[in-house]
Amino acid sequence: MSLALWPATASEQAAHIDGLFTGLLVVTGLILLLVAGLLLLFCIRYRRGTQAKRGDLPEFLRRDVELGWTAATLFLALFLFWWAGTLELRASMAPPEALEIHVVAKQWMWKARHPNGAREIDALHVPRGEAVRLVMTSQDVIHSFYVPAFRVKQDVLPGRFTEMWFRPTRTGEYRLFCAEFCGTQHSRMGGMVTVMEPEDYASWAAAQPQEQDLPGEGEALFTALGCAGCHAPASAVHAPVLQGVYGRMVHLADGRTVRADQAYLRDSILQPQRDVVAGYAPIMPSFAGLVDEADLQRLVAYLQSLRGEAAR
Amino acid sequence: MSDVTAERAIPDTPPAEENYLTAGTSLASWLLTTDHKRVALLYMATITVFFFLGGAAAVMMRIELVTPQGDLLSDDAYNRAFTFHGVVMVWFFLIPSIPNILGNFLLPLMIGAKDLAFPRLNLLSWYIFVIAGILAIYTLLAGGVDTGWTFYTPLSTAFANGQVLAAAAAVFVAGFSTIATSVNFIATVHLLRAPGLTWLRLPLFVWAIYATSIVMVLATPVLAMVLLLIFAERAFGIPIFDPLRGGDPILFQHLFWFYSHPAVYIMILPSFGVISELVTCFARRRVFGYNFMVYAILWIALVGFLVWGHHMFVSGQSMLANLVFSFLSFVVAVPSAIKVFNWTSTLYRGQIVFDAAMIYALGFIGLFTIGGLTGLFLASVPVDVHVTDTYFVVAHFHYIMVGGAVSALYGGLTFWWPKITGRMHPESWARFAAILMFFGFGFTFFPMFIMGFLGMPRRYHIYAPEYQIWHVLASAGAVLLAVAYLLPMGYFGWSLFRGRRATANPWGATGLEWQTSSPPPKENFFAPPVVLQGPYNYHPEHAGPPSLEREPHEPQGGPTERAP
Repeated sequence: MSLALWPATASEQAAHIDGLFTGLLVVTGLILLLVAGLLLLFCIRYRRGTQAKRGDLPEFLRRDVELGWTAATLFLALFLFWWAGTLELRASMAPPEALEIHVVAKQWMWKARHPNGAREIDALHVPRGEAVRLVMTSQDVIHSFYVPAFRVKQDVLPGRFTEMWFRPTRTGEYRLFCAEFCGTQHSRMGGMVTVMEPEDYASWAAAQPQEQDLPGEGEALFTALGCAGCHAPASAVHAPVLQGVYGRMVHLADGRTVRADQAYLRDSILQPQRDVVAGYAPIMPSFAGLVDEADLQRLVAYLQSLRGEAAR
Repeated sequence: MSDVTAERAIPDTPPAEENYLTAGTSLASWLLTTDHKRVALLYMATITVFFFLGGAAAVMMRIELVTPQGDLLSDDAYNRAFTFHGVVMVWFFLIPSIPNILGNFLLPLMIGAKDLAFPRLNLLSWYIFVIAGILAIYTLLAGGVDTGWTFYTPLSTAFANGQVLAAAAAVFVAGFSTIATSVNFIATVHLLRAPGLTWLRLPLFVWAIYATSIVMVLATPVLAMVLLLIFAERAFGIPIFDPLRGGDPILFQHLFWFYSHPAVYIMILPSFGVISELVTCFARRRVFGYNFMVYAILWIALVGFLVWGHHMFVSGQSMLANLVFSFLSFVVAVPSAIKVFNWTSTLYRGQIVFDAAMIYALGFIGLFTIGGLTGLFLASVPVDVHVTDTYFVVAHFHYIMVGGAVSALYGGLTFWWPKITGRMHPESWARFAAILMFFGFGFTFFPMFIMGFLGMPRRYHIYAPEYQIWHVLASAGAVLLAVAYLLPMGYFGWSLFRGRRATANPWGATGLEWQTSSPPPKENFFAPPVVLQGPYNYHPEHAGPPSLEREPHEPQGGPTERAP
């Protein structure tokens, strides 16, 4: 058993976070040394019976030093906040070209779906050097997707999508854990993340059983559930046309303007009366209970895929 | 050292004057007492039982975690053990420990009052606590709970199959005991201070208990409310947190941490007060920067309410919220740092003796510093994303709450034991226990920082083999720590019967509580005390302590005249 003191570093973020972590180690280590050193020094020098000088404290010590270290601690705290905060802001947005993988968590397994339809359970294959964006949801309780080697963690919630992204930098196998307590077999809910060279990833993905891709399945559902009956461009019903809606600003009947992101599309399927588009009657029925989480992902993926067609 | 100890004890003759322990010996005189000192002892007995129960759960977990497989406990048994450990240690040990044992006993004595403002409410709050405790034990006997002490939804409302309702009821009821006690403390500090005891003459222990009480009164109702909502959803199916019916599971986390982050300060603020009393007494110096110490306590109590979101950096809350909560968490670190610096500076030019209580206090400062500094890692969002929900967090909060608050509880008990019981504990054993506790603690919890940084998630019953070495170290340390916690119970118990009788003021301390006999009479003082000056007058104002003699120190005040 090797005695590692530092976890494997296998993503772009991991290198940045390790830099911050090292900085914090140095700063806090110095403070700890200062406090422990002073404690020891005073305990030895001013123990009962020594001849060290005692008497009154110098005036500057009583006022200026107190104010001084209050200010110094505050500035140090602000500096650390600035460092951590800027790092967080820089890393927050996934690049637009990121590979999008859908993850569904349930007690007690992870299910992943790649863009070409390849599926895996308690495992995730990703290409090295490419940004990977995970769009995640849970079928039951809150879980948390955690890969220590990437230094990333994100809670996975029922009833909404959460996202995280990373750019793997080193091939190999890394552990995947569920980090949010999720019931009986929480400690068994994990797997392996395999980082492969991009060409290996491409051949791995192609070798998986080819199913229809996510947007393709969404399109089938779109018809099967009757969405197309109203929302198709040629429909006689007065309903918003969905071509190109994803990512656009939408004006609502109550005067608000919202961006049609994944959360908006998802809410509009489940609670259509909430955000009615200006100029349309609130006639759409709710699909809550008719579609499960996986179906919702398929439908939203289909709507996203319509983005390009509007431009044509 | 023999000359010092000689004047601490007096020949073993029964005390001439009646004291609160001899004022009545029937069972009813204890169970129906309204004497704050007796209620404090009732609390001490009850809380000790829960410390054993919560500790037993921890022992089971540490034994189980020696190997990566699940050999001793099943999945469910392990989950129930850590939930029970958390619930009992937080609500039935840490939160009531220092306020209800030391605070109850000392608050009236320190401010020169006969009792708390509402003596019967004080007794009632103990009975409420006992009812809550019985509910907690029922929860265990009925099969336990498997949600973690945090009761996260929708796991707790829709999926967990343990006794969630019983556990929630136990915590709910315990909250009323907390509120009753804190209202009592607030009223007492406002109304019953002795003549001359102005606010800025209050001992720091009184300030700490006062600030804690305010946090308790403001935060505990939020806990009560969120537990009622859990009850409504789980028992009656009213959708509040269930996302399938339009609820929001994150709402629960906001409400829960709005209580539970201030609860961290409820657990640690009283120990700040204890440590200030101990360090000044055994360094024979006035506390460094009294006003700053008071402001720091109040600043922590206030800003402690505004940082709850740092428990939720990975919950999916917005980037803006993450940064705001990160900022406030860094800000709340400043007053804690001031306290550590001021305790350290109090030692400067002191006349330090290393009695057991002082060793506990020095150990506290060291462990609390490590706990506080690792809080800076967790306040940094990108680092927190990596280490939250790992053993790093487990180590961090055990350093604060166990290395900090429990060390302070033992230190405070050691310091005030002669006042509480009228007997001296054996000093050498106490020093040995204090040193063992410091090293046993570090041995147990420091490896958890390392394995947490390596990625070991918390609440794991079965784990990856590469973490085993750290778990073995932690479990070995836990053996030492368990001995260090049991040892004082042994020698404290022994001292009740065999300990030498204590003088009124064995440590030469300045507080009002030392200006009456040990143990104090039923009404605390033979004549009402008057306060003449601020606390900690261990040396004249523009001087320092001498190098060897224990004098001169001046009590903060005292009885106007000693009654016959």
